[in-house]
Amino acid sequence: MLEARQLTKEYRVGERPLRVLRDVSFSIPQGAFVAIVGPSGSGKTTLLGLLAGLDTPSSGTVRLDDADLAAMDEDQRARLRGAKVGFVFQSFQLIPTLTAIENVQVPLELRGDSHAADRARDLLKRVGLGDRLDHFPTELSGGEQQRVAIARAFSNEPRILFADEPTGNLDSETGQRIVDLLEQLNRESGATIVLVTHDAALAARAGRIIRLSDGAVVEDSATQGAAT
Amino acid sequence: MTARFGGLAAVAWRESRTARRRLLLYMSSITLGVAALVAIDSFAQNVTRSVREQSRALLGGDLSLTSRAKFTPAVETLFDSLQTHGTPVARQTSFSSMALVLRTGLTRLSQVRAVTPGYPFYGRIETDPPAAWSGLANGRHVVVDASLLVALDAHVGDSLSLGTAKFEITGTLTSVPGELAVTAAIGPRVYIADRYLAETGLLVFGSRADYEALVKLPAGQTVEQFEGRTARVLSKNDVRVHTAAQSEQNLSNAIDQLRNFLSVVGLVALLLGGIGVASGVHAFVMRKIDTVAILRCLGATSAQVLVIYVLQAAAMGLVGAAAGALLGVGLQFAMPLAVKDFLPVDVSVRLAPAALLTGLGIGLWVALVFALRPLLALRGVSPLQALRRESDDTVMRQGRRDSATHVVSFAIVASVFAIALQRAERLRDGIGFSVAILLAVAVLWAVAALLTIAARRVVRPRWPFVLRHGIASLYRPGNQTRAVILSLGFGVFLVSTLYQAQKNLLGQLDLRLDQVRANVVFFDVQEDEAAGIDSIITAGRYELVQRLPIVPMRIASINGRTPDQIMAGLPAAGARSGEPAADRREVPSRGRGGAAPRRPSRWAVRREYRSTYRDTLDATEKLVAGRWFDAAKDTMSQVSLDAGLADELDVSVGDTITWDVQGVRVPTRVTSLREVSWARFQPNFFVVFQPKALAHAPKQFVFLAYGPTPRDVALMQRDVVLKFPNVSSLDLSLVQHTVADVLGRVTTAIRFMALVSLLLGVPVLFSAVAATRRERLREGVLFKTLGGTRRQIGRIMLAEYVLLGALGSLAGVVLSVGGAWALMRFVFNTPFTPAVLPALAVSAGMTLLAVAIGLLTSREVFASTPMAALRTEG
Repeated sequence: MLEARQLTKEYRVGERPLRVLRDVSFSIPQGAFVAIVGPSGSGKTTLLGLLAGLDTPSSGTVRLDDADLAAMDEDQRARLRGAKVGFVFQSFQLIPTLTAIENVQVPLELRGDSHAADRARDLLKRVGLGDRLDHFPTELSGGEQQRVAIARAFSNEPRILFADEPTGNLDSETGQRIVDLLEQLNRESGATIVLVTHDAALAARAGRIIRLSDGAVVEDSATQGAAT
Repeated sequence: MTARFGGLAAVAWRESRTARRRLLLYMSSITLGVAALVAIDSFAQNVTRSVREQSRALLGGDLSLTSRAKFTPAVETLFDSLQTHGTPVARQTSFSSMALVLRTGLTRLSQVRAVTPGYPFYGRIETDPPAAWSGLANGRHVVVDASLLVALDAHVGDSLSLGTAKFEITGTLTSVPGELAVTAAIGPRVYIADRYLAETGLLVFGSRADYEALVKLPAGQTVEQFEGRTARVLSKNDVRVHTAAQSEQNLSNAIDQLRNFLSVVGLVALLLGGIGVASGVHAFVMRKIDTVAILRCLGATSAQVLVIYVLQAAAMGLVGAAAGALLGVGLQFAMPLAVKDFLPVDVSVRLAPAALLTGLGIGLWVALVFALRPLLALRGVSPLQALRRESDDTVMRQGRRDSATHVVSFAIVASVFAIALQRAERLRDGIGFSVAILLAVAVLWAVAALLTIAARRVVRPRWPFVLRHGIASLYRPGNQTRAVILSLGFGVFLVSTLYQAQKNLLGQLDLRLDQVRANVVFFDVQEDEAAGIDSIITAGRYELVQRLPIVPMRIASINGRTPDQIMAGLPAAGARSGEPAADRREVPSRGRGGAAPRRPSRWAVRREYRSTYRDTLDATEKLVAGRWFDAAKDTMSQVSLDAGLADELDVSVGDTITWDVQGVRVPTRVTSLREVSWARFQPNFFVVFQPKALAHAPKQFVFLAYGPTPRDVALMQRDVVLKFPNVSSLDLSLVQHTVADVLGRVTTAIRFMALVSLLLGVPVLFSAVAATRRERLREGVLFKTLGGTRRQIGRIMLAEYVLLGALGSLAGVVLSVGGAWALMRFVFNTPFTPAVLPALAVSAGMTLLAVAIGLLTSREVFASTPMAALRTEG
């Protein structure tokens, strides 16, 4: 489903190249729930950006659902995201000028889906926000905003969902409920979930943990599992 | 595909929710430009249509036949036969003369018009009371301009003297078709019936009068048929023929010129609006980066993102342009009120749909093409931005200078050219105008770049904190130097150019009366009356300043060629010849200062010259070629010509001109050319003779005199008119007032336009400053968080805006001096003197405006607490 091979990412800071990721390789099967963990600055977010095709690696390849991201241009990657990828962010990233239901509708409308409104309403009901459809992001609590974001992430029935510290801006109880929701949707829709977090408790909920340190994979529960 | 577009449109509509007002504000930059275009175009259309509808009334008949001299017997015979064969002819004889009201003892130089019954055939001369016009011929009646009554302190019912005849004032004029309302201010009109003209005794030797015969063609006869039958007789007798179609054409041409001039203002307004849109949309784009990044994460392609925001811009642009069009329609109704004094027709205002649509289309296009440039940058927004925020500047720098940006830049330049060419009558003007604008933009761009570099170099660590930071604001990333300098400089450039041009044009008309010692002038003084005038002046102990002899004459031949031969391009009948006739093409020449005509201009060859003779060169004259009269023995007398006239006649020093002085041939040789300062108000002469040449010719005199008080002048005029009714006089201070009054009205119109351009600059400046408002806020908040006081932040901003404002407006002023010089040099053909002080005042004012707008836009920095601001940034 998702395969990273020898991913390396370098930034140039002044004269010096700064290597953020080095030789990261793993593969994730369809339907898995994977957590990428590591301390701040270990390269988690960079890795997520590369896996989702938001950015291009300095070397190495990413295959998403059998498509080589490196071989695609910006717009092809955007269309792939529109069709198969969902996102949940730490800061929710709802569009502030749109209501809850409108935010959820956006990916559908980008595809030209004529039943966007109905689907969006269904999804919001499923995340428990059936009565808050027409509220603007500023009128919602953090947990509610994140639930809208999750509804939005699932609106295009993604094959894979990337979640970047989805509970980072929430209290732990609300955070737990968000992860419950993710788990539930993972089970129901069979979508692969890649969760980036530095919260060990949260990561423990995932079926597999990939640990990063200084830009390299230092632990992968799947390979360990295979080894033991 | 349609479903997908519909989806994008839906997103675009909803996403614009909170930004609509802001976007509309930016788009309103074009509103005034569109309003100007629509107003100007529909007004021009309305005037043109009104002229067409009223063309016969403008002329008064189907044809107007005019002559500068009394109609010859041959022409009179023609008129008689026309009358007897059912083609009515009505006559008007007009000339200047003194009108005197005995009761008040006041006089005024007036335009006397003697008309025969039936004049005019079309259109109505309206009077108050209305019956005054129809009763004109019923007795010794006059109908006069109301301004004359004011000047003479008279009222309807008073007795008015014209020459030796007395008339009763029976009414005032309210409207004369085909004439401008300002005519009355220049010379009040006095209508009398033709049958009493002889009684006035005013038309004597040397009097100038215009003779007109209006012809009303019987049904079924065309102008062409009439011209065909009469052309030979009329042209042989120097009678000029005007048709209603011609007068309509002339007026339309004049209106087109006016439209072109106004169009330039409108176009400039529109371009300024375009710049406003560009900087405003840039600010808008900066705010939208986060949203775009999310959209990209959600799978929007860069093209889809662009479509969403172009749709928003287009919708708001349409609203802005539509508001402009509506405003233009409103202005159109106001315009006739503003310029009615300068229009010969009653303008009936109607909606001009074509003008409306054109304005709307051009406005929308300008808004879109200027908005597109900053919008293109949105394609460069990375979806990564949603995960990790980078500085706006870095984001926007990606995707800069790709082929699409070049295409849009090209489209902007092409649009400027296209619109300028569409508006300008002549290709040359359109191109010149576009080049001037591009040049101005390039210069301002360079100034901004230089300023940025200089600011970086000049700052010294020991300078006060606020000043250092103020200057540093000019070059640090995300600065607004370019946007502000460009929009401010451009605005100042336009306003100041207009002002400089106005100053120079009006300055030319400044009569500088203070330099003339005389304050009253008497003219048309016959030879035998000169002694009498002399004694009136000296008896009143007034001062006789100058007494000038004037001899009317015409050109009999130049270098042996008669006027007919010259105009036909034929060589002299005798030996001498110029160039081969075949080489001479018809080259109409326009006014002085143009290229030397290959053929002398008609007016110069045919006109009546009123020349003088004297021994000395006047103080206001300068010899530019040849030598002043000397005692050299020559068979011919010597004459000195105005250099401009010599150009028109295509003669130079050494050529011979034979004059026809009341039937006597006077051969002369041109021995010098003079440059004459015509703007000075004093008698100037095209041709000055050596005294001996004209000593015995029949002549008239002009007297210049001085009376210490207005009462003295009035008394002097009254005494002269009473004794010599045919002598006209002018109170020069009155002339000064009249000129000042007319100029005042013109000036007001120009000031109005300058003010409009200034107003146009305000939204543009707002947009420019708003473009970097976010950076400013973020930084101000940071300063506050770090312990900066509001006072300090305020001073930093003050330093920055003062620098920006001063440099931007100074650059604009310098440019405007260049622009005005070019206008004067190439369009108006006149010398240019920069008006430095007013220019500096304009730049100071604009600097203040920039500072005010800058601080106003940044008030949030002062108002909000650092925490609140940081939170909204999160």
